[in-house]
Amino acid sequence: MSSRRNPLAGTGAGELQAHGQLTRRRFLQMAGLTLGATAGGGLLAACAPEKERQETGGGTTGGGDLGDRLVLVTWPNYHNPANFEAFEKATGVKVDVKVFGSNEEMLAKLQVGSTGWDVFVPTNYAVPTYVELGLIEPLDLSRIPNYDPSQYEQRFLEASKVPGDDTTYGIPKNWGTTGYCIWSDVIDTNPTTWKEFWDSTMGPWSGKVTIHDYMLTTIGNALKYYGYSFNSIDPDELAKAEELLIAAKPHLFGITSDYQPPMRAKDAWAAMAWTGDAAQMNRDEPLIQYVLGREGGEIWEDNWAIVAESTRKDAAYAFLNFMIDPAVAAKETEFHGYPQVDKRATALVPEEIRNNPILYPPEELLAPLEFGAAETLTNPDRSELWARVKAA
Amino acid sequence: MGAGEGGLTAAETTPVVRRRERRGGEGGGRFTTALLLLPGSVWFLLLLVAPLVILAIYSLGLRAPAGGYQPALTLAQYAKLPTRAVAFRNTAIIALASTLLCIVVAFPLAYFLATRTARWKTLLLVLVIVPFWTSFLIRTYAWLVILGSNGIPALVREAGLASDLVLLNTPFAVMLGIVYNYLPLTVFPIYVSLERLDKRLLEASRDLGAPPWRTLWQVTVPLAAPGIITGALLVFILLSGEYVIPAMLGGNKVFLLGNALVDLFIQARDWPLGSAVAVSMILGMLVTIGIYMRVTSRWMRGTGRGGVSLV
Repeated sequence: MSSRRNPLAGTGAGELQAHGQLTRRRFLQMAGLTLGATAGGGLLAACAPEKERQETGGGTTGGGDLGDRLVLVTWPNYHNPANFEAFEKATGVKVDVKVFGSNEEMLAKLQVGSTGWDVFVPTNYAVPTYVELGLIEPLDLSRIPNYDPSQYEQRFLEASKVPGDDTTYGIPKNWGTTGYCIWSDVIDTNPTTWKEFWDSTMGPWSGKVTIHDYMLTTIGNALKYYGYSFNSIDPDELAKAEELLIAAKPHLFGITSDYQPPMRAKDAWAAMAWTGDAAQMNRDEPLIQYVLGREGGEIWEDNWAIVAESTRKDAAYAFLNFMIDPAVAAKETEFHGYPQVDKRATALVPEEIRNNPILYPPEELLAPLEFGAAETLTNPDRSELWARVKAA
Repeated sequence: MGAGEGGLTAAETTPVVRRRERRGGEGGGRFTTALLLLPGSVWFLLLLVAPLVILAIYSLGLRAPAGGYQPALTLAQYAKLPTRAVAFRNTAIIALASTLLCIVVAFPLAYFLATRTARWKTLLLVLVIVPFWTSFLIRTYAWLVILGSNGIPALVREAGLASDLVLLNTPFAVMLGIVYNYLPLTVFPIYVSLERLDKRLLEASRDLGAPPWRTLWQVTVPLAAPGIITGALLVFILLSGEYVIPAMLGGNKVFLLGNALVDLFIQARDWPLGSAVAVSMILGMLVTIGIYMRVTSRWMRGTGRGGVSLV
């Protein structure tokens, strides 16, 4: 994932967003109490015996030894508050949520250290960097009995691993894609490619298009215009992408990862977009449609992971094990819409979500998509390219 | 006269204060002084000096392969500064233009406020501040709605004027957001100077045959100079680090130094280059402000007033 979920990403307003998120979470928790009494309650009853088994099976730890608090660092609107309620009821551990806008911001904080964080949700391409810097805990799978990799979709499982390393650092959580949204009433040409996106931006859509304020996706999708790899770091290919971006810039309405407001206000007719935003806008405005470029583009998956310096690892393991329970995971998807990687969880997701083509695109569109590479995130040439584009 | 008096009192009071300090020192008051200064000193050392030192050290380092800082002793980052020339240039232009605009807008408002009766003064001053009790981000978000195509452009469209007016994500929107948010910083210092203005001076000017514009230019403005200078300085300094307004109202198409810094520290995680940009920005500010103080103090002397006062 990326900076997609925080509208204020890159504006340094993450703190305010985080506070807003907390109050929102509290509100949702309260609202969810009634819901939790029915759905969550049943769920809890189903999980409780397993929970106890695991806690005693974990060795010396009794329920009380898990402590009373856990810090989860995550993206905005990414969890079902009813699940946290249930976890707190089962273990006495209260989940403290801190919301971030991008993997880069998260990484920057962890690099500085002394965060007090326990669990976080890095995107596939960020995991190798965390491993290299020793910031992520190699998971002790014996402490996560609910984890059954054989039930996980292979392509996401592979993406969550560090190439040439069998260790499990992250358990695939959700996945999604990066494409673009269009107002299908004003854009009636039925675009299907990134080539059309960029050409139309410099043509009929001029002044009505937004792109992400995010190096990884924006450069990647400009590379797709020429059919190059989303992850290319070849200087010649990057130079062509830069040329395209600089040519397109005067035609843009804005460079922003907070594209829902301009799209909804129709200030923008088209916006580079992530799955979740696309699904949310489409739900409210069916005329807003989602296009996945036929040439390919990005597919991503987020992972449950434990911070290496965490001082509450018992609670962290218990939390991971609880959250990946298929019934709990399905509740997450019900809340935010992002598809699950665990097939057992997918089976429990309501049909209207499973049949949504924005969230579950057809295989022929998924096949050419690429996972962002670790190098794509950290490559200095790409960030310098992006700085030049923004300053142009 | 304000000018003569100001100079005199300063000269008179200083030795008195010194004498008192000395006397206090003999009686063990020095310890009290040190104790009282401790919180402020610790604050400055820890939160101002230490970060600046870290910044300076980082600016001589290298970017670690995965981003962040890698110790080194090189000027490589400073050699890369020209790559951010556009950001420096844009910041200089926008900061200068917005500062001037703030002064031009604030002066009549401050004058109006300062010349009301006491009762109205308080009420109007409160009215100027009230909007700022709301979070800066919420107020700026509100501008997104006002300037977006369903806001003012829609009214203009319905009035049958321009059909495709775009206000949001333009340099105009950025300037508007800046003036809106920074206005109190200029209104209040100018108001304070004008409030102390001796009305008899204006009468004298009129009696001596000066037309109103001349009274304004030769009497009122020079007397308000300390406020104008302070206000301009406050706006200019804060503006050089501004990044939220260009990001939100400029759609990131208006690229300032603040935005370059955010990108460098967060997106690119090139902390050494970010530090070099920040250090250069601070040095640039010091030089600019130094020149500004010299020029304005000469101006003040030219108008018959004492040295520059910051408040």
